[in-house]
Amino acid sequence: MAPVTVRVQRDDFDLAAEVRALSAGRHDIGAVVTFSGLCRDEAGTLSALELEHYPGMAEAEITRICEEAVDHFALQAATAIHRYGKIAPGENIVLVVTASPHRQAAFDGANFIMDFLKTAAPFWKKEHGADGSEGGWVSAKDEDDSARDRWSKI
Amino acid sequence: MASVNLVYFAWVRERIGRGEETLELPDSVVTAGDLLAHLKTLGDEYEAALEHENVIRVAINQEHVEHDEKIAGAREIALFPPMTGG
Repeated sequence: MAPVTVRVQRDDFDLAAEVRALSAGRHDIGAVVTFSGLCRDEAGTLSALELEHYPGMAEAEITRICEEAVDHFALQAATAIHRYGKIAPGENIVLVVTASPHRQAAFDGANFIMDFLKTAAPFWKKEHGADGSEGGWVSAKDEDDSARDRWSKI
Repeated sequence: MASVNLVYFAWVRERIGRGEETLELPDSVVTAGDLLAHLKTLGDEYEAALEHENVIRVAINQEHVEHDEKIAGAREIALFPPMTGG
């Protein structure tokens, strides 16, 4: 089984360091894809997102998703890091790194991991308004379910 | 009667007013769906949190399950809204 690295952490992560860690000492990798998701300010109305998670299950579920992606797309390695706590606009929320001999599997694997992570990893976002108000919980989007469901055809 | 640890997240946690608790469940509670129906009889806070039962997600021992899943042997049952990570 290719190495899968999963971390759920309050602190920020370093994209370049994670790519180096994933490919260090290897000469068989031909493609590395990184996806990072950032906090938007929603046209200036949002001051922060607060991410709640289910400790234990969050790591377990992301690991299950990454292992499925490794298996399905024959990835050579996969890393997924998800932050929790209060995150300001412009800051990182999530990172996915995938490696494969050729680019398509790495692209598809990263896409697959993100689609399942958004709908199955136990995280919830609450909005904090730029005016100091505590906004509501972000609602799940139907298009995220559709994005996940397209993989059932493969 | 069986004792089970319940954990709640996001607006389910806020509406119930606590993040976790241990409850004794009557033998008539067999599935996750039975558990939701039982909790709704325990007070207004549960009624408010679980009003739209079909949107509530359930995990048993940290794995997603459907509402018709049997809860026998569960150490920890989590109830939460649809997830919005990523």
